Amino acid sequence: MKKAALLAGVVAAALVSASGFASDLFDRINAGRYKAVLADCAACHTKPGGQPFAGGAPLDTPFGKLIPSNITPDRETGIGNWSYADFRGALKEGVGKGGKRLYPAMPYPAYSAMTEADIADLWAYFQKIEPVSNRVVSNQLPFPFSIRTVMIGWNLLNFSPSEFKPDPAKSAEWNRGAYLVNGPAHCGTCHTPKSLLGADKTDQFLRAGNLQSWVAPDITNDAHKGIGGWAAEDIVAYLKTGANRFDIASGPMSEVVANSTQYWTDADLTAVATYLKDIKGAGTAPPRPLDAGDPLMLAGKAIFVDRCSACHVSSGEGAPFLFPKLAKAPVVNGDDPTSLIRVVLEGSQAGTTKARPTTPAMPSFAWNLGDAEVASVLSYVRNSWGNAAPAVTPAQVKDMRTKLAR
Amino acid sequence: MVRKLPRKDVVIVGLGWTGAILAHELTDAGLDVVAIERGPWRDTATDFNVAYAPDELRYAIRKDLFLQPAQEAMTMRNNISQTALPMRDYGSFLPGTGVGGAGTHWNGHTWRFFPSDFVLKTHLTERYGAGRIADLTVQDWGVSYDELENSFDRFEYLAGISGKAGNLNGKIEAGGNPFEGPRSREYPLPPMQMTYAPTLFAEAARSIGLHPFPTPSANLSKAYVNPLGIAMGQCTFCGFCERFGCANYSKSSAHTTILPVLMRKSNFEARTECEVLKVDLASDGKTAKGVTYVDVTGELCEQPADIVLLNAYGLHNVRLMLLSKIGTPYDPATGTGTVGRNYAYQTNASTQVFFEGKNFNPFIAAGALGQTVDDYNGDAFDHAALDFVGGAGINCIPTNGRPIAYRPTPPGTPRWGSAWKKAAKQNYGNTLTFSSQGSSYAARGNYLDLDPTYKDRFGRPLLRVTFDFPDNDIRMSNWVSDRMQQIATTLGGKQAVVGRARKGWNSVPYQSTHNTGGAIMGTDPNTSAVNRHLQSWDVPNVFVVGASAFPQNAGKNPTGPVGALAFWAADAIRNHYLKNPGKLVQA
Repeated sequence: MKKAALLAGVVAAALVSASGFASDLFDRINAGRYKAVLADCAACHTKPGGQPFAGGAPLDTPFGKLIPSNITPDRETGIGNWSYADFRGALKEGVGKGGKRLYPAMPYPAYSAMTEADIADLWAYFQKIEPVSNRVVSNQLPFPFSIRTVMIGWNLLNFSPSEFKPDPAKSAEWNRGAYLVNGPAHCGTCHTPKSLLGADKTDQFLRAGNLQSWVAPDITNDAHKGIGGWAAEDIVAYLKTGANRFDIASGPMSEVVANSTQYWTDADLTAVATYLKDIKGAGTAPPRPLDAGDPLMLAGKAIFVDRCSACHVSSGEGAPFLFPKLAKAPVVNGDDPTSLIRVVLEGSQAGTTKARPTTPAMPSFAWNLGDAEVASVLSYVRNSWGNAAPAVTPAQVKDMRTKLAR
Repeated sequence: MVRKLPRKDVVIVGLGWTGAILAHELTDAGLDVVAIERGPWRDTATDFNVAYAPDELRYAIRKDLFLQPAQEAMTMRNNISQTALPMRDYGSFLPGTGVGGAGTHWNGHTWRFFPSDFVLKTHLTERYGAGRIADLTVQDWGVSYDELENSFDRFEYLAGISGKAGNLNGKIEAGGNPFEGPRSREYPLPPMQMTYAPTLFAEAARSIGLHPFPTPSANLSKAYVNPLGIAMGQCTFCGFCERFGCANYSKSSAHTTILPVLMRKSNFEARTECEVLKVDLASDGKTAKGVTYVDVTGELCEQPADIVLLNAYGLHNVRLMLLSKIGTPYDPATGTGTVGRNYAYQTNASTQVFFEGKNFNPFIAAGALGQTVDDYNGDAFDHAALDFVGGAGINCIPTNGRPIAYRPTPPGTPRWGSAWKKAAKQNYGNTLTFSSQGSSYAARGNYLDLDPTYKDRFGRPLLRVTFDFPDNDIRMSNWVSDRMQQIATTLGGKQAVVGRARKGWNSVPYQSTHNTGGAIMGTDPNTSAVNRHLQSWDVPNVFVVGASAFPQNAGKNPTGPVGALAFWAADAIRNHYLKNPGKLVQA
C-alpha cells in the first residue's frame, strides 16, 4: 500500500519536475522524488515487500555478498545523522559519513556524473521520507574485500569523479539522454562489461554485462548483438511499459521498469532513446551461424518445435507484448548465453506495468530437459532465423543448474 | 470456535468467470472485495505448463481440474417416484474447481442467445398459442436481448472472441449467422482458420440450403490485447481445450483476461482452498451478514460483508441458497416456491460419418474451431406444423483427436483385439463427427433440492438433481437428428451413424456441463428466485450470478450469456444498488 502511494506520488512529481530546479522546498522534495526514480534507488535499497529505502535484498557480487543500506533518515540505522556533505560525498566520491569507503555496487562511479542540483534535490527528498529503524550490516564480503580501505586503491585505478559535461556538438535531447544513461540511470552498471576488478570496461560501453547470473544484453545500436533493429519509439515503449513489439522485460530489468522507467517523463525516455541509438556497438561481423543440418541444430529444432514453438512460434517471431521475439534479439545473439540458459531452466515471469499488465510467464523446463537438450535447443535458437552466436555447451547448462540449485 | 474476520464491502463466493468480472467491476467502483474460492490457486505457466498441459490421462481421464465427489457429490434421479442416489464420479457434467472455475477447462464456444430466447414464453404464446407450451414451464428472463447487447459486447471484447457477425445493427452480413440478434459491432477478432472436416461439413450444409458459419470462439484466431491491456496469443490448434487449461495464453479464461489486473488491486483479495458453508442471514432472514467458510486448515471463519455475491457454478449457487434458507424451495407437487425451479440441461445427439481415403487430421483442433448451422435452432424456423418447440444448433467442431479417448469405429467393430486395432487405425483420420446441441425447456418435474438422506463431509445435505428429458425436447432432438441425417447423406461417406436422444437421462456418460436454472431470473417473485438484476427477491443484498439464472436453456453453450449477465449484474450494483441499497425491483 505504502509503495503504491509512493509511486503515485512519483507520477505527480514527474509533472512538477519539468519546471526544473526550484528553490521552494516543496518543489525541491518533489523534484528529488523524481530524481530518486531516475536513479532507481529503490531497486537496491528497498527489499521486496520491505519498507521503502530501509535496506535491500542481498546483492551477489563476484567478490561476495553486499546488502544495500538503510537510506531513510532514521538517526540510528539510516542516514538521519548525515550531513549534506556526507550525502554528496557518497554519491560523488564513494565516501560516506566518517570517511567510510563504499563499494562500487553502489554506482557512485555513475552518480558522480550527476549535477549538484540533482544531488541537492535528492538530499531534500531523502531527508523527508519516513524514517525506518532497520539495522543493515552492509559489508558481508570475505577478507580481504571486507576491508573498506581497499577501495582507495580501487578508486585510484578505476574511478575519476567528474560531473557530466554536455557535448556542444550534440542536441540538447542527446545530451539529456547521455546525462541520464551515464549518470542517474547508471545503465552501464549492468550493461557494460566489467574488468577483473569489477570496473566498467569503458571501451566496451553498454555492450552487455553479466551479474547475479543474468546477462544485461548489449544495448548499443549494433545491428546484430544490440538494439540496432529497434526504432527510438520501440525503446521508449519498452522502458515506459515493459514491453514492445520485440521483447518484454523480465529478470532484473523488469524491476527497473517497474520501479523506475515507467514513471519517467516521455521527454526523458525519448532523450535516452536518442542517445542509445547513437551509441556504436562493437560492429564486429556476426559469426557464421551453425549449419542447419548440424546434428546439434537438428536435435535443437526437434525440441524447439515440440516445447517452444507454441509460444515463440516456429519462425521465432513470438507474440507482441506476450512472448518475446527470439529472431534477431540482442539477448539471443550476445556472446554470453547466461540469461537464456537461466530462463529455460528456471522459467521467468515478465514484469508488470499499468500499461502492460499481462505478466506472462515461461515455465521451468529444468525438470524435463537434460543439460544436452537445453544446450541443443539454445544452440538452435542462437543460430536460426537470422541469429548467429556461439553454440551453448552442456557444461554451461550444468553450471547454471548447479548455481540455481544453491 | 468461529474466527470472525474484519468486515468487507463485498464477499464473492467462487472465483471463476463471473466472480472475476464482478470483482473487477466492483473494485473499480472503489469497493473492498474478497473472493472465496474452494479450489486451489491456478495460473498459466505454473499450473498449465506447456510441457505437461496436454496430458490426457491426468486431465481428461482422471479429471484433475474438476470437482471431485469426495469434496462434494450430488444425488440423482429421473423423477420423484425414484430414490436419488449419490454419484460415485462426475460423469454427465463436470463442474470445475479452483481459480478460474469451469472457465478454465471449457472449449470456448461463445454465443449470444437469440432475442426470442429472452422472451420465450411471450414469444411462443404469441406465435403458436398457449396450448403449445402447456407441458412446459418456460418463462421470460425479465431482461431483453437489446438490454443485454452491451453486456454481451463487453464480454466478447474482454475475451477476444473470434467470429463473423451475421447481423450488424440489423443488417444481415454474408458469412455470419443470419439468425442472430443485431450486434452493435463486429467480433473483436476474425474467425479461426477452418480445418478440413468443418470445411466439408459447411459445403454440404450450404448445398442443401442451410446457412453454416464459423463458430464464435474463445480460442483466439490472432494475438489480441483486451480492453484491460492484457495480451493473449494466437491459438495453436493443439486440440487440448475441453478438460484442459490453456498453456499458451490463447484460450480466454479469468486467468488470461482479468486476473493479472485484478490480483494487483489493493482493494481485492482472493482466498483459495476456502469452502463457503452458508450465507449468514440476520435474524429476520431478510439481510445477509456475510458468509461462513472453512479455511484450508479446517478453521471455521466468519466473513462479514455488506454485499454477498454467489458466483459459484450454477448448481452450487442453488445449493448455497437452499442451505442458507434464502428464498422458498420449489415444490414440484404444487409448482410453488422458487429456489430449485426450472432446472434445465441440454438435449444432444451426435453423428459420425465414416469415409475412406480422407485425412481429417483430427488432432489439429481447438475447442471451438468449427462450423455451426443455426437454421434449426431456437425459433429460427416455423414450428406451426411440428409437435415440439425449441431446436438445436448443428455443430461440426472436431475438438480432440486425443490418443486415449478418440477411437471412432463403425458399428459392428469388435471392442478389442486385432480387428478393433485395424478399424481404429482405418477410421482415426477418416471419420467426420458433427452433433446437435439442443434446447432444454423447463418442465414441472425437473428441479433441484436438498437430499433428505445424503450429506457432505461437513454434514450438509447434498444437492439432489431430479431430471429427465421432457417429451418436447426428445421430439425436438429426434426431428433435428433427421436433419443431421440429411446432411450426412449429402456428405457421402461409406456409412453414417446418426445419434438419437432417448428418455431416461443417465448421469454416467458425459453429455454437457451446461446445467442451467434453479435460481432463475424473472419479473415475478412467485416464479423466479432473483429479479432482472440477479438480485435475490428475498434477501436484497445477495446477488446470484451464473447459468443458475437461465429460466430455460437454449440450443447453445451458456458461457456468453453467463458473462453478459455478470456485466449486467455489475452495472445494476454499481449504478443503482450502491446509490440506494435495497430492492431494485418492487413487486
